[in-house]
Amino acid sequence: MLRTMVVSTLILGGLCLVKAAPAGAQEEAVPLQRNWSFEGLFGTYDRSAAQRGLQVYREVCQNCHGLKYVAFRNLEALGFTEDEVSAIAAEYQITDGPNDEGEMYERPGRPSDRFPSPFPNDQAARLANGGALPPDLSLITKAREDGSNYVYSLLQGYEEPPPGEQGLEGLYYNAYFPNHWIAMPPPLSDGQVTFADGSSTSVEQMASDVATFLTWTAEPMLEARKQTGLKVLLFLVVLTGLFYASKRRIWASAH
Amino acid sequence: MTTSPHAPGSGPQYDNAVIRWIEYRLPVFSFADSFMGSGYPAPRNLSYWWNFGSLAGIALVLQIVTGVVLAMHYVAHADMAFDSVERIMRDVNFGWLLRYAHSNGASMFFIVVYIHVFRGLYYGSYKAPRELLWMLGVVILLLMMATAFMGYVLPWGQMSFWAATVITNLFSAIPLVGEGVVTWLWGGFAVGNPTLNRFYALHYLLPFVIVGVVGLHLAALHQHGSNNPLGIERKSAKDSLPFHPYYTIKDLFGLGVFMIVFALLVFYWPNLLGHPDNYIPANPMQTPPHIVPEWYFLPFYAILRAITFNIWFIPAKLIGVILMFGSIIVLFFLPWLDGSPVRSGRFRPIFKWFFWVLVLDCVMLGYLGAHPPEGVYVTLAQIGTAYYFFHFLILLPLLGKLERPRPLPSSISEPVLGRAPAASTSPAE
Repeated sequence: MLRTMVVSTLILGGLCLVKAAPAGAQEEAVPLQRNWSFEGLFGTYDRSAAQRGLQVYREVCQNCHGLKYVAFRNLEALGFTEDEVSAIAAEYQITDGPNDEGEMYERPGRPSDRFPSPFPNDQAARLANGGALPPDLSLITKAREDGSNYVYSLLQGYEEPPPGEQGLEGLYYNAYFPNHWIAMPPPLSDGQVTFADGSSTSVEQMASDVATFLTWTAEPMLEARKQTGLKVLLFLVVLTGLFYASKRRIWASAH
Repeated sequence: MTTSPHAPGSGPQYDNAVIRWIEYRLPVFSFADSFMGSGYPAPRNLSYWWNFGSLAGIALVLQIVTGVVLAMHYVAHADMAFDSVERIMRDVNFGWLLRYAHSNGASMFFIVVYIHVFRGLYYGSYKAPRELLWMLGVVILLLMMATAFMGYVLPWGQMSFWAATVITNLFSAIPLVGEGVVTWLWGGFAVGNPTLNRFYALHYLLPFVIVGVVGLHLAALHQHGSNNPLGIERKSAKDSLPFHPYYTIKDLFGLGVFMIVFALLVFYWPNLLGHPDNYIPANPMQTPPHIVPEWYFLPFYAILRAITFNIWFIPAKLIGVILMFGSIIVLFFLPWLDGSPVRSGRFRPIFKWFFWVLVLDCVMLGYLGAHPPEGVYVTLAQIGTAYYFFHFLILLPLLGKLERPRPLPSSISEPVLGRAPAASTSPAE
């Protein structure tokens, strides 16, 4: 059955292609554009924004969304000390085992553990969410076009549907979601969290902090990459210049 | 100095005793010298368009080196492949660099090879006596495409999985045995773990096959040496320069520019040429809204999807598949399709224009390949496909008969050295 389905989907969806996509569903909204600290040649993550984003993730998002590729030890890159990381990890219960009695058991998290996912499996996740699957967020900003801006926009994109538009029961209108009807209820509201650094707790602020944090979870090596890149490019430009000068000199005798 | 009985007194003499000792037993030094050293004469007028052959060779080596190291960390299993790639990105030392260099290296390889191919098309590098050299190049292109396609499947993201599904299903268009062939290719009744495993094995194997064919390509190249922008044979020693140091340094400069572009991609826009969907783990139950291949396959994808109508009893899908493969196969026959005795497009006033029409046609097909085959996109893809085959199958044979080429210079050194006031057409770049 599955095989027939897969085969027929692909023949339809693959070759004669994309006609399978519902007509009129393709008007995708361009996400709000924001200047991010991690853009550009010298981009770095705004540590306080990412830390606030982590807080919003832990107080709001993680009720439904996992972060399975991120280990607690990775948080040190956001400016947390070793002790702070251990304390954050210890707040989570991790299933480990089997122990000597052959039983799985729960223990407090350690820095080497990864963020536990909120549901044991996709089926449980769907059951708890009206049939919709809340995606793991580790890679979400790379798994969407213009991902950082997309997350930033989506979190602020809840609004009244335009007159005449009707979604299915349990769906919410969001200006930036493909098809506009999303199963996730509006997750953020003004003043929902309290930031220790006294930052504003507007939806806009929380959305940009979460987007910063999730950009870091998707691309934790970004700073190392850009810093390495700068050195590599400097080296290459000088080397290429030397090659060019040598080329000119050597070829001077040929003309 | 004692010399080999097989090459008495020939080749360069070496001052260093160790080199002499080795050379007497294994003539690597004289080989290197005659292969890409001062003992290999190259036309003196090669332009920068001739840099792309050596660049392609370097790109191949870069892919093999990064690929072998990635293979040490990658897990070829449907349940673990995606996670193992993320582990490479996060936990392996410089894993992000290896992976981004490998994925963008594939794009760089194709950019370089496509320029190399179009250079050959413009300057008639496929004409006698270089037909086999050209055909071996087409074999390399086919092998590259197979390798790149299978490599794209390995991260086991959504696009990996669905690209594998779409492309393997092309074989179901083969009459009678198609379905059986596809099941055989998959190693099951759908793309799954056996498919991933064999793609991984082949993705590791094929680059070394490419290395072998590159060896033949170079052997064929050295038989008659490079073609050149004027497309005329060398007549005297004045028409040549020793490969080293003239072209080694020119190739090194080209390599520097190549590496700068490559580094910009890897370090600053590593996902520019990728598709976001491939950061979503493969899900056989969910088809992405648009299945698109990597950019370097888009023109072929457009040809594949251009045919929306059956011809007699031949289904549209089969025609699309035949045309897609045919668009490469036709290149094998190019040396005999192009009947013009003049190689270089510089001296072919009509061909020159149609060459650029072909370039634009391929760019247009690439653009169309990225869009859903609906409405005007389909019509344009059909026109583009028709032109592609018209160019090779009808236009080139006709031009060979009808076109009157401009007069050729009498020798390479004449226009290059700029001593001949007459007949000099355009100076070499």
